[in-house]
Amino acid sequence: MSQAILLKSFFEETGKTFRFILRFLLQWFKPRYEVAEFFRQCYVIGYKSLPLIGLTGFIMGLVLTMQLRPTMIEYGVESQIPIIVAISIVREIGPVITALIFAGKIGSSIGAELGSMKVTEQIDAMEVSGTNPFKYLVVSRVMATTLMLPILALLSDAISLYGAYLGVNIKGDTSFTLFWTQIFDSLSFNDVLPAFIKTYFFGFAVGIIGCYKGYNSNKGTEGVGKSANSAVVLSSILIFILDLLAVQITDLLGFN
Amino acid sequence: MKLEENITLPVIAINNLSKSFGSNIVLKDFNLNLYKKQNLVVLGKSGSGKSVLIKCIIGLLKPDKGSIEVFDKNLPDLNDLELDKIRAKVGFLFQSNALYDSMTVRENLEFPLRRHWIKHNQGEVEQLVTEALNDVGLLHTIEMMPSELSGGMRKRIALARTLILKPDIILYDEPTTGLDPITGKEIIKLMIDIKKKYGTAALIISHDMNCVKMAADKIVILYEGKCYAEGTYNELTENNDPNVKQFFE
Ligand SMILES: Nc1ncnc2c1ncn2[C@@H]1O[C@H](COP(=O)(O)OP(=O)(O)O)[C@@H](O)[C@H]1O
Ligand SMILES: [Mg+2]
Repeated sequence: MSQAILLKSFFEETGKTFRFILRFLLQWFKPRYEVAEFFRQCYVIGYKSLPLIGLTGFIMGLVLTMQLRPTMIEYGVESQIPIIVAISIVREIGPVITALIFAGKIGSSIGAELGSMKVTEQIDAMEVSGTNPFKYLVVSRVMATTLMLPILALLSDAISLYGAYLGVNIKGDTSFTLFWTQIFDSLSFNDVLPAFIKTYFFGFAVGIIGCYKGYNSNKGTEGVGKSANSAVVLSSILIFILDLLAVQITDLLGFN
Repeated sequence: MKLEENITLPVIAINNLSKSFGSNIVLKDFNLNLYKKQNLVVLGKSGSGKSVLIKCIIGLLKPDKGSIEVFDKNLPDLNDLELDKIRAKVGFLFQSNALYDSMTVRENLEFPLRRHWIKHNQGEVEQLVTEALNDVGLLHTIEMMPSELSGGMRKRIALARTLILKPDIILYDEPTTGLDPITGKEIIKLMIDIKKKYGTAALIISHDMNCVKMAADKIVILYEGKCYAEGTYNELTENNDPNVKQFFE
């Protein structure tokens, strides 16, 4: 019985989320455009997560290289470390780790911010002040997350690879130019483009879920905490699901 | 008062307003008239639908049935621009103040000026902000964040933001709830001063008897979704109906 209820609420919630996405799409191209707010959000969202994403990216690259090293030596392919690392970072680890960190940092803050705006009637106040709060708050944030995450993911890739370069040089010795030439020679269009495109979807997921959870927050401070929390959980799961879909689609399209 | 009511048209006229959420019937055939320069208090218990009523009047909630005429325009029939024009003339003081946390006091006050359909130049904006803050006696807080202010000050700033467009009607949602009695009285005095200065009509939602006694020209009791009783403060204190009496004990 309780499972039936759980299943029902799952489908209800999914339906509501899709309706929210539909509302976003409808509002998205109708004027008035909140350009100033969009740029402000880009700055806030991009800038806020930069240090964290840089740091995690750097550590990922460094650690991955050091972990791979013994096995690569065992198989006698030590010289191929940069290539293996580059492919795993660019194709998978960079986009996904960046998106997850982004969900934790930005998804939760959007959920909490809009949630507290909702429960303290700030969203209503905007509406009576000649502003469409959905455009002003939701559309600007979702567009900002969608456009900022790919940029952050690219930066994270670059910093990770730099970490990998340092990792290679802890025990071995590779020149800076050799390292990068090796990477750029091995990476192809098929490695970079699908990975880049999927980060747009990750960014959209983080933004729309954070906004949905915040915008529909329950009354009380507890409701705000819940919104922030479920925004992170749901968008993290969604990132993995989208990742799974992305690999199937690129496979079908023959981008390997 | 009576005479004036008869010769002028109401600025807000609500007829047979009904609103429910699922099976929860909140308002049922509710009627109310608010006249020019009148302070009308709607009295009702917590959860009786007072906020729902006031949110229907400003178009934040859509009624299921009935008409809400504000300045002779029926709200449910209006498009976005027409609604915006009405909203510029109707101020709303939210129960939780609804100050924007991420903005300074100045930005909070500028927000309605910059966003409504009427455009103001920079000089006018400055002047209106200063004037509204002076009306509530808080000009010195102009560069502060809402989180740095006390509860009473936040209420005053919220009131200043409501006043900034020089509305003809102000809707107050429980203006004294959550404040200590002394601060509450100051807010009521401020509301009365504002009425004198600008000649606004006010619909005040409350269950604070101090507020009712000091500010009300007329009182409407909201009970079970209906307008249960109405009259002046003195008239209602003499009413022996237990549902009316409970407020005046
Ligand atoms: N947006 C909403 N969705 C569902 N129910 C609501 C909503 N707003 C108010 N209600 C319900 O309407 C009733 C009246 O609420 P409200 O007008 O806030 O009471 P109050 O008189 O204390 O201001 C309550 O039972 C509340 O649960
Ligand atoms: Mg209320």
